[in-house]
Amino acid sequence: MSIFLTENSKVIVQGITGSEGRKHTARMLASGTAVVGGVNPSKAGQTVDFDGTSVPVYGSVAEAMKETGADVTVVFVPPKFAKDAVIEAVDAHIGLAVVITEGIPVHDSTYFWAHAQGGATRIIGPNCPGLISPGRSNAGIIPANITQAGKIGLVSKSGTLTYQMMYELRDIGFSTAVGIGGDPVIGTTHIDCLKAFQDDPETEAIVMIGEIGGDAEERAADFIKANVTKPVVGYVAGFTAPEGKTMGHAGAIVSGSAGTAAAKQEALEAAGVRVGKTPSEAARLMREIVGA
Amino acid sequence: MDLFEYQARDLLAAHGVPVLPGGVAETPEQAEAIAREIAAQVVVKAQVKVGGRGKAGGVKLAEDPETARARAEDILGLDIKGHVTRKVMVAQASDIAEEYYFSYLLDRSNRTFLAMASKEGGMEIEQLAVERPEALARIPVDASVGVDAAKAAEIVDAAGFPAEVRDQVIAIAVQLWDVFTKEDATLVEINPLAKDPSGKVLALDAKVTLDENAGFRHAEHAALEDADAADPLEAAAKAKDLNYVKLQGQVGIIGNGAGLVMSTLDVVAYAGEEFGGVRPANFLDIGGGASAEVMANGLGIILSDPDVKSVFVNVFGGITACDEVAKGIVAALGQLGDEATKPLVVRLDGNNVEEGRRILAEAAHPLVTVVDTMDGAARRAAELASTAA
Repeated sequence: MSIFLTENSKVIVQGITGSEGRKHTARMLASGTAVVGGVNPSKAGQTVDFDGTSVPVYGSVAEAMKETGADVTVVFVPPKFAKDAVIEAVDAHIGLAVVITEGIPVHDSTYFWAHAQGGATRIIGPNCPGLISPGRSNAGIIPANITQAGKIGLVSKSGTLTYQMMYELRDIGFSTAVGIGGDPVIGTTHIDCLKAFQDDPETEAIVMIGEIGGDAEERAADFIKANVTKPVVGYVAGFTAPEGKTMGHAGAIVSGSAGTAAAKQEALEAAGVRVGKTPSEAARLMREIVGA
Repeated sequence: MDLFEYQARDLLAAHGVPVLPGGVAETPEQAEAIAREIAAQVVVKAQVKVGGRGKAGGVKLAEDPETARARAEDILGLDIKGHVTRKVMVAQASDIAEEYYFSYLLDRSNRTFLAMASKEGGMEIEQLAVERPEALARIPVDASVGVDAAKAAEIVDAAGFPAEVRDQVIAIAVQLWDVFTKEDATLVEINPLAKDPSGKVLALDAKVTLDENAGFRHAEHAALEDADAADPLEAAAKAKDLNYVKLQGQVGIIGNGAGLVMSTLDVVAYAGEEFGGVRPANFLDIGGGASAEVMANGLGIILSDPDVKSVFVNVFGGITACDEVAKGIVAALGQLGDEATKPLVVRLDGNNVEEGRRILAEAAHPLVTVVDTMDGAARRAAELASTAA
């Protein structure tokens, strides 16, 4: 098992004809993902060739779903067009929309999140690396060759810290690693992933990576205390970040005394989470827990 | 991007929100000219992006243009909590009968927008929220629905605004929503929203924060940036499209990915505790899939920072290829030649790491040390910074 993404997932790519979309579709295919189509209204009917695999381009998400049975879309379209692309995916009732695009205005992401409420679509991102269930499927830009299938579940706001943690624990392996993104408004939260990992029989332990800004980690700590029985190891980045400065991710900002790394670490520890001081220390704590 | 009060006021006026006449001045002479035009009592206000300017002497009344000039002279150059006043706003002074509060903001926790309103304005809203939370109405606004007259009435009535200003505040609430959405703001705060003795409601002070990600649909917002306040290294980095933040420390940091770079700063600060409190000198994220050129540009910025005593390059190659990073390091050091004098500690892992390490080994630059682990490399970089002259 895995969460959100399985060997049966059929993936389409919105923005497949752009340079990022094309590059990462090739990587997804190479890692064994069933990429069954792409979407670009102005190139419908064409195909895009990837090293022997020919992927058809459809005029809309709805058409691509009808023709291929796709249940996952990965969105690479530029920020200017991302809002419409996500709304289109939601209106087509696709099960999972993974929004890789960085730099989407927060009015747009808040709008499409509101629009998706009560619908059939789980949104992951924006401004995220996507998710991977190693050996099964890879929806996004996470490198597939870092590690293998295994018993750790990982949820992270940061892409490269996801890769770093997967690398540190590569011999143990992961059920699913989800990069939820570093924007102030995101579709799938730490809590959504913790809940799914708690319910996933294959996942034995969970790594949760957070960073400064907002109160998602504090909320996740409350959720863990009440609902998660599997061991959780945490890591929080940004202890040295100054107040009022955006640190790379649009959502990574300490505002006044809110959103500090120290407060997040404290909340997680109070919920029984073992928090590493560095990514390597968090990896060591996880090794102790799973006995590897 | 936080705006100055005068910029926020102009934005409000452009969307029809009632404000008092006024203008911005960089010299006492300009302040006098604006006061002469207003031809009434004026208030001269320091334009700084920090609260508490009134207590710091940054807000003064002036009866006539000559006094406005003198007050501007007092205030220009004034240091308010570390912010030097470079501009003053000269606005018509208003007698205030009542003060209210109104704002729209992004509510991250609930992934929605929030309207906050109170008939008790003027004081710091954080203070009101703590001392008298019942006096502050908090009404969520669905981003896909927005604020029309009916929603505005709901907000205004929840806050219990007096009947005689109700219609005016409803109209202003709709106009402010226009500012909030059409300008891609994450905060529009009016404090105070004031009733003058004639019963007219006006926005007397405003804070507006704009979303920089929305710059592509607001070319005019670029002119609102405060060029004076930008750190020269931050400005140079921005010109090269690099994501850089200057900090107070000695170890220059370059990495890929915001999370990994934030983590690198922390790990260096921990390691630095052992070496007399060495700290990271900057945040620099070269992003995913960075080329050798981007790496070289980044290194150029870091090495030009006089505070930097050593440099830590920390890359996990996911999309980024370690051989490109290595080439960028070698190229940057080649270009700098004898000007490069600061030691570099490099940790590479992931995509094409063997080739990256091979390139560095082959170049065998005397300033470059390759360390295998992030924690070990941070320690080495901190140590080198502490021993540098």
